[in-house]
Amino acid sequence: MAYTGNIGELVKKVEESRTSRVGVHYPRMTQEERRDVLEKFHPDYNTDGFRNLKVGVNKGARLPVEMADVFETWSRLRDRKPDLQADPVYDVDVLIIGGGGAGAAAALEAKAAGASVLIATKLRFGDANTMMAQGGIQAADKENDTPAIHYLDVVGGGRFENIPELARALVMDAPLVIKWLEDMGTMFDKKEDGTMITIHGGGTSRKRMHAARDYTGAEIMRTLRDEVLNKGITVVEFCAAVDLILDQNGRAAGAVLFNLETEQYLSARAKTVIMATGGSGRLHYRGFPTSNHYGATADGLVIGYRAGAKIIYADSIQYHPTGGAYPPQLLGLLVTEKTRGLGATPLNIKGEQFVYHLETRDVASSAILKECHERKLGVPLPTGISSVWLDSPIIELTHGEGTIERQLPAMMRQFQRFGVDIRTEPMLIYPTLHYQNGGLLIDENGLSTVENLYVAGEAAGGIHGTNRLMGNSLLDIIVFGRRAGRHAAFVSKEMSVPAGLNLDHLDAFHRELEATGAADGRVGPMLLPHYTHR
Amino acid sequence: MSDEIKDEIKMVDLYIMGKRYTVPETLTIMDGMEYAGYQLKRGCGCRAGFCGACATVYRMVGDYELKVGLACQTKVEDGMYLAQIPFFPGRKATFDLEAIKPSTAYFAQLYPEVYRCLGCSSCTKVCPQDIDVMQYIAYIQRGDFAKAADISFDCVMCGLCVSRCPVNIVHYNAALTARRLYSRYIAKPDAFLAARSGAIEEGACDSEIDALINSDQATLQDMYNKREIE
Repeated sequence: MAYTGNIGELVKKVEESRTSRVGVHYPRMTQEERRDVLEKFHPDYNTDGFRNLKVGVNKGARLPVEMADVFETWSRLRDRKPDLQADPVYDVDVLIIGGGGAGAAAALEAKAAGASVLIATKLRFGDANTMMAQGGIQAADKENDTPAIHYLDVVGGGRFENIPELARALVMDAPLVIKWLEDMGTMFDKKEDGTMITIHGGGTSRKRMHAARDYTGAEIMRTLRDEVLNKGITVVEFCAAVDLILDQNGRAAGAVLFNLETEQYLSARAKTVIMATGGSGRLHYRGFPTSNHYGATADGLVIGYRAGAKIIYADSIQYHPTGGAYPPQLLGLLVTEKTRGLGATPLNIKGEQFVYHLETRDVASSAILKECHERKLGVPLPTGISSVWLDSPIIELTHGEGTIERQLPAMMRQFQRFGVDIRTEPMLIYPTLHYQNGGLLIDENGLSTVENLYVAGEAAGGIHGTNRLMGNSLLDIIVFGRRAGRHAAFVSKEMSVPAGLNLDHLDAFHRELEATGAADGRVGPMLLPHYTHR
Repeated sequence: MSDEIKDEIKMVDLYIMGKRYTVPETLTIMDGMEYAGYQLKRGCGCRAGFCGACATVYRMVGDYELKVGLACQTKVEDGMYLAQIPFFPGRKATFDLEAIKPSTAYFAQLYPEVYRCLGCSSCTKVCPQDIDVMQYIAYIQRGDFAKAADISFDCVMCGLCVSRCPVNIVHYNAALTARRLYSRYIAKPDAFLAARSGAIEEGACDSEIDALINSDQATLQDMYNKREIE
């Protein structure tokens, strides 16, 4: 029992109101109410946290301060340019930067299309937000659902700011992706007869969330990784890209890699490059805790931007409403949306519900921030922060005993490790920095605005507008990973080996930094967050 | 952190690879290492118990028993003597999933060592996920891939089981192969999924979605607000 003292007393209010809440549906907000709570409480609307870029192809664009700070940095190669005319250490058709779900999916498709492929990744192969995605992956593969219905959910959730062609590709490929993964031996939750078990997520109008218990991303990632290794694709771990190499025509033609362990710089030449470096939660915008992987430091955005790739909606950040708040070891940890999908409800200090449990993430987060900071009805914690309850035991009342153990084993284990039994005790939550809605602008083949540079996964932008729905990220990494892999392989086949390799774009970027004084002494990309205490 | 606050937090002694550091008692082992001054490269991944990067072996000062845990999921304790296992060179058998079958004959070709299990249960004792590792190896030996898949599912592939096995079984890779065999050949495929995929590939879903893409935003918004939630 981790809830002692004052918190232990407050739990009783949740227990008292529980039976009266079973089967009762709290009303959903109207569009006006949603807009109002977003504008007043969503961190994206707080102008203090943003500034305009002083350099580069999107000069003037509004970015979170912490992201602008890593965009406006000197290259690590400023004073040590490698000799690009020498034979490169690696020489392939398709260079994939990043070893998460998008990179692995791209590698499999590029290899299947006959290309030679290299995956270079900063940490271990599979060290990625993909591995941590718990709740599920969306696809319209039921009789009461269609890709068009999915599309409407995607663009409504995305505040109608999605690029239509990208949202179309996302929903149309979705059933194909599930089939691809099923054929590859991914262990989805199924009924005896093979029917996929699907549930709702925030903002879905049909039950189309496919899951593998609450290890969905881990199950997809380990299956893809296994298959990449089966296919004999070369993977270089602990080797981060620090800048792109361009050819004489300004097309992407490789990258300079940094071996984190020997601290050597190595060059990789490639006909095409796929950037699959993921998100940026470890920049801790506005001081928020994050659910993201250790490596999520926006590296791909930084080096892509330097090479001239345009960004879109990079100022749109997703705060997941249910991050762990207490015990302190769980701060920022993702409490999967599947918990709400199964019926767990957010409650204030009085044990009262204050928001419909399946509002979209942006709205739910804003409602929680409002409850804590304006209405002052949050649960105060010994760590000095405020939080709200997420009543998980109601799941057992609604769906029967044993549901949590069966459907949320990872969640149950994580809380148990720190003394909370979520089957009988509610969770304490607070919004956590979860996802970068925007990124480098792509087209439906994953191609960025720089020729031969593809982007897939969280580093890409435009698919989700300014708010992504649950289950559409695991989907997007596979959809656009596969598309980028196929297209890059196709383009590579038609090309000869790139010539006139250079890093001239860095000189140009540095001149802008010098003229504006924007970089101060900062060097990027960040590669590793700094959590040391001295 | 200011000094006033620091004074209120109870501190504990942590011995990282033999060196003593004093850290706040509320931290995980991973946070404790960072607090001590380590910038982690290996031995740190998702920081949430999913990736298996941070397998850690420890014992308490004065005790002989070796314990294990994931550094991101284990609280520091006073007198913890620890080291991380950042990488384990276990073998992975490569295979063509379409060319094998869920049978012991095929499995024996990929991982013959699973049939040498001594039944010592070291793997089960060491698993930080509390999986009955030896039991799923037994299911694999019997060709019961469904049961092996089920009970091995929560594996994070940290490698601790392999580090203790006297006959060099690579449990986590064997389990992954078992799960893929089960999912590909024993679990039934979803019938409607295949039909829907086929329909999309034939273009049967194009007109409905293109109608949406071609409508103006006001219409889309109206449709979104009025959509039925089933």
